[in-house]
Amino acid sequence: MSLPEGWEVVVGLEVHTELRTATKLFCGCANAFGAEPNTQTCPVCLGLPGSLPVLNRRAVELAMAIGLALHATVSSSTFHRKNYFYPDMPKDFQISQYDRPINAGGYLDLPDGSRVGIERAHLEEDTGKSTHLGGGGRIHGAERSLVDYNRSGVPLVEIVSAPDIRSAAQARAYAAELRGILIATGASDGRMEEGSMRVDANVSVHRVGEPFGTRCEMKNLNSLRSLQRAIDYEAERQYALVASGGVVRQETRHWDEDRGVTSTMRSKEEADDYRYFQEPDLVELVPEPAWVEAVRAGLGPMPAARRAHLAALLDEPTPAQLDAVGTVVDLGVDDFVEAAVAQGVEADRAIARAANELAGEARERPGLTPGAFAATLRLEQAGELSATQAKAVLATLALAGGDPVGVARELGFERMAAGELEGLIDGLIGEHPDEWGRFCEGDDKLAQFFTGRVMRATRGQADGKVVLDLLRARRG
Amino acid sequence: MNALEVAASVRAGETSALEVVAESLERVAARNEELNVFVHLDAEGALAAARRVDERVAAGETPALAGVPVALKDNLCVRGQPTTAGSRILAGWRPPYDATVVERLAAAGAVALGKANMDEFAMGSSTETSAYGPTRNPLDPTRVPGGSSGGSAAAVAAGMVPVALGSDTGGSIRQPAALCGLVGVKPTYGLVSRYGLIAFASSLDQIGPFAATVAEAALVLEVIAGHDPLDTTSLPEPAPALVGHLDDGVAGRRVGLCRELVEGADPEVVAAVQRAAEALARAGASVEEVSIPELRLGLSAYYLIAPAEASSNLARYDGVRYGLRVDGPDVEAMNVATRTVGFGDEVKRRIMLGTYALSAGYYDAYYGQALKVRTRMIEAFARAYARVDTLLGATAPSVAFALGAKTQDPLAMYLSDVFTIPTNLAGEAALSVPFGTGEGGLPIGVQLLGPARSEARLFAAARVLEAEVGR
Repeated sequence: MSLPEGWEVVVGLEVHTELRTATKLFCGCANAFGAEPNTQTCPVCLGLPGSLPVLNRRAVELAMAIGLALHATVSSSTFHRKNYFYPDMPKDFQISQYDRPINAGGYLDLPDGSRVGIERAHLEEDTGKSTHLGGGGRIHGAERSLVDYNRSGVPLVEIVSAPDIRSAAQARAYAAELRGILIATGASDGRMEEGSMRVDANVSVHRVGEPFGTRCEMKNLNSLRSLQRAIDYEAERQYALVASGGVVRQETRHWDEDRGVTSTMRSKEEADDYRYFQEPDLVELVPEPAWVEAVRAGLGPMPAARRAHLAALLDEPTPAQLDAVGTVVDLGVDDFVEAAVAQGVEADRAIARAANELAGEARERPGLTPGAFAATLRLEQAGELSATQAKAVLATLALAGGDPVGVARELGFERMAAGELEGLIDGLIGEHPDEWGRFCEGDDKLAQFFTGRVMRATRGQADGKVVLDLLRARRG
Repeated sequence: MNALEVAASVRAGETSALEVVAESLERVAARNEELNVFVHLDAEGALAAARRVDERVAAGETPALAGVPVALKDNLCVRGQPTTAGSRILAGWRPPYDATVVERLAAAGAVALGKANMDEFAMGSSTETSAYGPTRNPLDPTRVPGGSSGGSAAAVAAGMVPVALGSDTGGSIRQPAALCGLVGVKPTYGLVSRYGLIAFASSLDQIGPFAATVAEAALVLEVIAGHDPLDTTSLPEPAPALVGHLDDGVAGRRVGLCRELVEGADPEVVAAVQRAAEALARAGASVEEVSIPELRLGLSAYYLIAPAEASSNLARYDGVRYGLRVDGPDVEAMNVATRTVGFGDEVKRRIMLGTYALSAGYYDAYYGQALKVRTRMIEAFARAYARVDTLLGATAPSVAFALGAKTQDPLAMYLSDVFTIPTNLAGEAALSVPFGTGEGGLPIGVQLLGPARSEARLFAAARVLEAEVGR
């Protein structure tokens, strides 16, 4: 997992993110995931002879938003052609940015306080998607290759970090923080599993104080977990190689998630000469300063600021509470917490419920509004609902909507009459005198014995904490 | 058949577009086999389009080119019609869309008869590199019509159509216009939308008209010019008025007879340019000799920049999506087989040149250096235009040459464009206008050049020369 004393891994990340525009980067075709193959195409994104690209204004805005959120400088930029043959690239060149990217220089601060430099964040078009049948899923040896050009021309921003990262965990934290920023800017949905955010890692090892070692580029990192595992594996592989007197060859390596290893895809000698030159079909992109400032002004708070804001609602937050704050921000459900706190719900409760109950299909909660979330937590705080009941109400609201009081009633969560619990406990003490005696002598494990029975008798309607308080009060 | 007269007559209801187009098709039928002008003829479509023009006129419309038959160079996309750019690799391809110029011509009532032959991907100066055989010069069928837009030029010179569209990357409109005795215009880069023009060298390509007279060429250019949101390199300003300025004359204009634009031309061509200078002077222009030594670098810079862009533009012809596919055991072998069979020698030569010029380790020495030359040429032209309004020179070094005369010697062929290339590199305007004849009574063209968006002045000067030779 870690290199010997005096050695460290050096990592730079290249993150590609698809932009959430309505249309593609250079044409009016829909930019949407999951449509029937080759139904979202036109002469431009199919690269038909005679077609010409026209730059999408919204894509430029989102690219600027990413750059500004990363403290980069937005400048006049140009597009270049990156030339290489591949069947899913209709023009056999990719329109990208080269020596003059739209965003250059910047940084990203991580939750642990470290800072990672951003070299550039540039615009480019995506390729189509190939499916190779036979031959192990790769183009060489495939019996047949199918190409879907729906993705061809989808706008991408490539964010290139400086080689400032010094551990796999830090790389993971960087990718996670960047993902939060991409979502916060509205530029991306950050879904690695759908490929809308893709991470490649440049990894090398060296003895601290000496020049960086030769780097290898890791591809096929489809989750944050893969990213971390691949870097750890690769650092150890390179160290073992160097320690045994070998040399690291510069190459691109493929991460195999199942086997947990990286293997050579292509060496530097096989690398393409992309013959970059300025794209003559597009003019220089010169964003007016007022436009840049409007994009800057439109940026909402970034994850770090949002975490600080939520943490400030708590008195001396514990590490667990700070984790919950991080989860709330990752899920993008800050507004639920804000609404609840505004209605008098304790921040601790609001953050905990938001972090735990709004996870999962975080974006798919059609019926659960911040207002309904706040109202449910108020019922819980007032003792009208137990914690278990409140969670059940939230789950039902998320699926089907409705108002919390009505949902609670439908679920049979009536408030228990005053004294009802005491009566129940009296009865249980009478039925189980031995257990009660041991509880009174200080055997706290028996608390569970009594609360469990109360819960069963009330079909979960009792609040476990209230039952426990009553039991302790009776013990004196 | 004059386009202005045809359009006026159709608009007035004196003749129908249908009659005009039918007659035009007869003239095509009479000589197309001999000259190989049209590689694809759409007679039925043209007749149907003519009927629609007649209906529009009957409904009270007054289209500028009502019923005017036109020929389109085969690198202009027409929906549903074969469009090959003179190449075997695009055999059978039918675009699903119209080029912007094709839409604009149709909206103005013009009727396209079909696709005119051209050098493969516009790479050539004689229309001999076409995969569909050479086009012959209607004025002397043993000679070439020039190129690459030789089919468009021949269509007008043979009287098949009054006007045609070509494209000019290094002289491909002006040189064939000169060799066929026509007016040919290379508009300012960006004046005419390139959307739907199959690219050769994107930073140099411009679409322009061929016509027998200056006025017809000006009218066609007025119709096709103007900003197009589908081409971001098209100029944002409204297209300049041209027809209204045809008779502005040249009184008070300063004309520079440019030494580098006649150097090396045949004596009869040099003499014609000299006579043109005298004619302009008689019409009230002040004429002086100027020298722009940078223009001598044009040919070398062009043969790096144009092939470099072409090597990228032509990469898409890989057999995967459309056009020719020659199968192979895997994708790469299929790509190679398709391109080996699909491209002709000249295209392959330029792809190799361009690929080399852009390669790592060679970029700075070749492509990068050529870009610097291009910048110097733009600056040199700007200095010249601070002194004179218009430059005058030859269009081509000689009259039309014999078929096969230069096919074995690419460099000799490349020199056909030595006077026309600088304008493309500078992105400026130039036209060729017939002025006298030379060997065998064949026409000589002289070239008028001006800064960006100076077309109205160039047409006015050309009109003076045209009047001088009594047209």
